Amino acid sequence: MSLVKKYPKEVKQILSKYPPEHKRSAVMPLLYLAQREEGYLTKAAMQDVASIVDMTETEVAAIVGFYTLYHDQKGGKYRMQVCTDLPCALRGADEFMNNLCANLGIKVGETTDDGFLTLEAVTCLAACDKAPMFQTQGPDGIKYHENMTVDRTMELINTLKKSIKEVE
Amino acid sequence: MAHVILRHRDVPDIHTINVYKKNGGFAAFKNAVTKMTPAQVTDVVKNSGLRGRGGAGFPTGMKWSFIDNKNWPHYVVANADESEPGTFKDREIMESNPFQFLEGLAIASYAVGANAAYIYLRGEFWQLAAFLDEKIAEMEKEGVLGDKLFDGEYSLRMYTHLGAGAYICGEETALLESLEGKRGQPRVRPPFPPSYGLYGKPTIINNVETFANVPPIIENGADWYKSLGTADTAGVKVFSLSGRVRKPGNYELPFGATFRELIYTHGGGVQDSRSVKAIMPAGASSSLILVDDEKILDTPMDYVSVRTIGSDLGSASVIVIDDTVSMDWLVNKTIHFFKHESCGKCTTCREGTYWMSNISERIHHGKGSTGDVDLLLNVAKQMQGKCLCALGEFSTMAVVTGIERFPQDFKKAVSKA
Repeated sequence: MSLVKKYPKEVKQILSKYPPEHKRSAVMPLLYLAQREEGYLTKAAMQDVASIVDMTETEVAAIVGFYTLYHDQKGGKYRMQVCTDLPCALRGADEFMNNLCANLGIKVGETTDDGFLTLEAVTCLAACDKAPMFQTQGPDGIKYHENMTVDRTMELINTLKKSIKEVE
Repeated sequence: MAHVILRHRDVPDIHTINVYKKNGGFAAFKNAVTKMTPAQVTDVVKNSGLRGRGGAGFPTGMKWSFIDNKNWPHYVVANADESEPGTFKDREIMESNPFQFLEGLAIASYAVGANAAYIYLRGEFWQLAAFLDEKIAEMEKEGVLGDKLFDGEYSLRMYTHLGAGAYICGEETALLESLEGKRGQPRVRPPFPPSYGLYGKPTIINNVETFANVPPIIENGADWYKSLGTADTAGVKVFSLSGRVRKPGNYELPFGATFRELIYTHGGGVQDSRSVKAIMPAGASSSLILVDDEKILDTPMDYVSVRTIGSDLGSASVIVIDDTVSMDWLVNKTIHFFKHESCGKCTTCREGTYWMSNISERIHHGKGSTGDVDLLLNVAKQMQGKCLCALGEFSTMAVVTGIERFPQDFKKAVSKA
């Protein structure tokens, strides 16, 4: 179903932020909305967004390719994005990541066998004083988790799994 | 001294509109709109000596005075893309003292005649954008945003806009491109945004912290603000302290406070009581300060003084590096960052960061030769002065100063080969 049909209120609200002659500005918020559906952007979703903002499909795909928070490949239900940049690494982020990989039985960039979690290493998330930290990107948007340990992370994953099951 | 910017640390619940109002909130904006001309507002900011807090330190009032009054409409954009490794101050300001930032944005908009202001937040600040949307709605309800404010002619609307994960969008023209729905790639300048900005219209872009300084300046005057800080660098600054310190975090101090005060008095000293080997005063974009003499720590943190020890204060994101860290590891980290974040538009940065990364990986993993260290330094120096925007330049800072100021670390790294 198209975004306009499924989320008429949201689409209208997004478009109202920008001058009507510059509706291309709405492409990024619309892509977030479209990504809500599957956790990644299908070709059909990109076509749909393109038609709302009068862009070509190629132009929309170029936006998706440029920005790291848009995904054109299916990943886990949740993406866990651990900051391993310099300030976090000075506070043990690399070690945290290694231990997390060992616990989950996957490498950075991989998805768990149950398709629930994709583990990614990312650059600075502006939480350098609260490392180790990561963000989760999933059906409930983007959330920060700071001052983390591997144990607390595994607990969080279990909680997320339960909440998803309840919804389904 | 009471905080000027991080006021939430003195005034509980200042993030709620009633508490903010009770503590003088919106008085500066109302005063500006009802009793001052836009030019008068700009003059006060100019005379205060306020300089941009995003890193470049450009005089704020002067920037506002560059707005082209022959071309309309005008826009004001808040740069809330905070992505420099080591920087996390704007986030705290927006989360805990949001109205002071929004009021500053409103005053700036009045000063340059803009009726629409955009807040460009990095995509990861997803929850924060929703929070600011609530605050903006509360301001509309309160009558401090909307049409014909304070029974006058001035109208103002504010909108949040989320990026989607790209450091380069903190560069102001890349930010504008992104806000226009394009890939975030910097424009060739000139023309500069005050004459050709958002949708080709005159636009003023400032950092979140810069805006947060404006209400107290309007309220207390330029002379009061100048009495804080140093003769060259007026006012207070939120220093983001990270790395190997016991108490990392944001600390608001007047410009001119020393590194020692920040690291030892506020930051609780170095972890495991080790010694400071190096400091990056402006995040990953810094030239590394070699701390081979304790006296270096007594350098005042202001724009001029930090330059005398071979670096720049920039965004004042102070990363502390202790003597357990080897610079080949550190440089490999910063290069990886810039390679990942290079937008690909100019050849120098796209190719330069790629090759620096290749060489640095070799060195760090014990597969490099002495020649590789020279080669890495050579590539970095070749890049300097040839990039379209500051990102490419910044990518070379830690490389050049790392190799030149800590040669023994690289020597050791390649001796493993």
